[in-house]
Amino acid sequence: MKRHSALAIESHELVKHFGKVRAVDGINLAVPTGGVYGFLGPNGAGKTTTIRMLATLLRPDSGTARVFGHEIVREANAVRSRVSLTGQFASVDEDLTGTENLVLLARLLGYSRSQARARAIELLEAFDLVDAARRQVKTYSGGMRRRIDIAASIIVTPDLLFLDEPTSELDPYSRNQVWDIVRTLVTEGTTVLLTTQHLEEADQLADRIAVIDHGRIVAEGTSGELKASVGSGTLHIRLRNPDHRPQAEQLLTLNLGVPVFLKSDPAELSAHISEPERVTDLLSELSRSDIPVISFSFGQPSLDEVFLTLTGHHATADENKGAV
Amino acid sequence: METQAFAEKGLRSALSTHTRPPRSSPLSASLIFWWRAMLKIKHIPEQMFDVTASPIMFLLMFTYLFGGALAGSTGEYLQFVLPGILVMTVAFITIYTGLGINSDIKKGIFDRFRSLPIWQPAFLVGALLGDTVRYTIASVVVVVLGLIMGFRPDGGAVGVLLSVLLLLVFSFSLSWVWIALGLVMRTPESLMAVSMIILFPLTFVSNVFVSPETMPVWLEALVDVNPITYLVTAIRGLMFDTTVAKEIGWVLLTCALLVTVFSPLTMYLYRKKR
Ligand SMILES: Nc1ncnc2c1ncn2[C@@H]1O[C@H](COP(=O)(O)OP(=O)(O)O)[C@@H](O)[C@H]1O
Ligand SMILES: [Mg+2]
Repeated sequence: MKRHSALAIESHELVKHFGKVRAVDGINLAVPTGGVYGFLGPNGAGKTTTIRMLATLLRPDSGTARVFGHEIVREANAVRSRVSLTGQFASVDEDLTGTENLVLLARLLGYSRSQARARAIELLEAFDLVDAARRQVKTYSGGMRRRIDIAASIIVTPDLLFLDEPTSELDPYSRNQVWDIVRTLVTEGTTVLLTTQHLEEADQLADRIAVIDHGRIVAEGTSGELKASVGSGTLHIRLRNPDHRPQAEQLLTLNLGVPVFLKSDPAELSAHISEPERVTDLLSELSRSDIPVISFSFGQPSLDEVFLTLTGHHATADENKGAV
Repeated sequence: METQAFAEKGLRSALSTHTRPPRSSPLSASLIFWWRAMLKIKHIPEQMFDVTASPIMFLLMFTYLFGGALAGSTGEYLQFVLPGILVMTVAFITIYTGLGINSDIKKGIFDRFRSLPIWQPAFLVGALLGDTVRYTIASVVVVVLGLIMGFRPDGGAVGVLLSVLLLLVFSFSLSWVWIALGLVMRTPESLMAVSMIILFPLTFVSNVFVSPETMPVWLEALVDVNPITYLVTAIRGLMFDTTVAKEIGWVLLTCALLVTVFSPLTMYLYRKKR
């Protein structure tokens, strides 16, 4: 029982269909209080749908979830008074100014007129939006939009904040600002559940990561644990002659007993290796078979490789499809 | 790093307010949403263009183009057609209630409001209150323009005020229909199309432009059961000081019916959205 009270989110077999689409297909979560929890998954994985259920905006078809011990359907209002949501898309009124948006929400939350105004000014200063305070939000840049979105979510600092893809389509500078905001929020005691399609972001921010694909969690743990689950390291090899690749692939597969990944570059291939001492054997094996190697590297697997191993496709598969 | 300094500046102190103010009451939450509607009018004055331009156009067009042919003189036709155009104008504006809610849902801010610990129907009530302001502005435009053109209601100011009040009650009730549709329809365009299909026959197959005695019997029968006909008759009566107690009764009954059917339906759809 004690263990339960320390959990910010706890869910059991959450399911949500949209017509024939199983958007969320049995999600089990145990998100600890404090820190950042990351949902990592490609477009359409079910991240937003899961968050919308946890934020009481969508009723699950089946399964249960508790947020700080409150059941999300029966005790929706209790949940709402502890959490806040920054949606993937516009979550403030684009026709109103920055100040008006914050005052509007502060008033709805119960602040008096003067308190609401004071709080709005305080947040606009903290989020570096004073100059834009009197402008309609639709005139804001992407980074400013995201900051006002987040400011609007923390008028009353929530115990749990859902951030749905907070940095998608942001330039690196604005992305860093958002990351700083997230880190500051966490030091002030807010638990953050963040979704992202970007492995680097999850790696940078999240204490724990759930890898989501097709509405299911395919792996869960710290980024270190996830990487370790794939093997202690990855060997990348670049051959002189691309024609040798099938031969090299066969040789590696035979020796390592693990799948070998072919890179998009026709001269490259890589493999996960659990026994680092075997790397040298492998390389001499290749030279014995007259397969010249131009370069090789051996290191910790990237989260992208983790994703590939776990799901059988790249985390950014959708984007690649669009590019081809 | 530069961004680090930004984060440190005021962020930490701005994040130390974990204490919640007391929950806003249903009334104040509704009034705050009404305030939002007013801000929208302030920021998007173009929206008011529809509200004012179409009645001006209709009034000028029908009076001067068809007035002579339909009633013998433009002045006389104005007295007849103005109450009808008033009703038609405001009836069409009621669609905007549904459109506003539909676009809030599409854009995502609806989610923000629904994730707040507030009295949930306040969002709808506030929108309805805001639209009442729109209806009033449109009514004022029609009446003032009419007065300039030579509209002379026998019922005087009191008659006109009462008729506008009746019209507001009717529009408020009719709005529920569009809100319900606004929650169901996928796009503002489809909502617009459906409401036009409903409203066009409703306003044209009525006594707005011509007296139904000139119509074929079957059409006259149809006009006679149209609630818009009762409303127009009631408003003409109030403006020209004739007895229309029966028609007012029918209008209020229609309003009661609309609200009892569509407000629970809307609330059901609103809750089901989650
Ligand atoms: N309102 C909806 N109606 C129909 N299908 C939906 C709806 N919302 C999401 N989906 C579908 O559910 C799946 C998961 O979507 P979503 O949760 O938005 O994924 P993510 O946020 O991970 O990109 C997708 O296939 C998406 O098309
Ligand atoms: Mg999403």
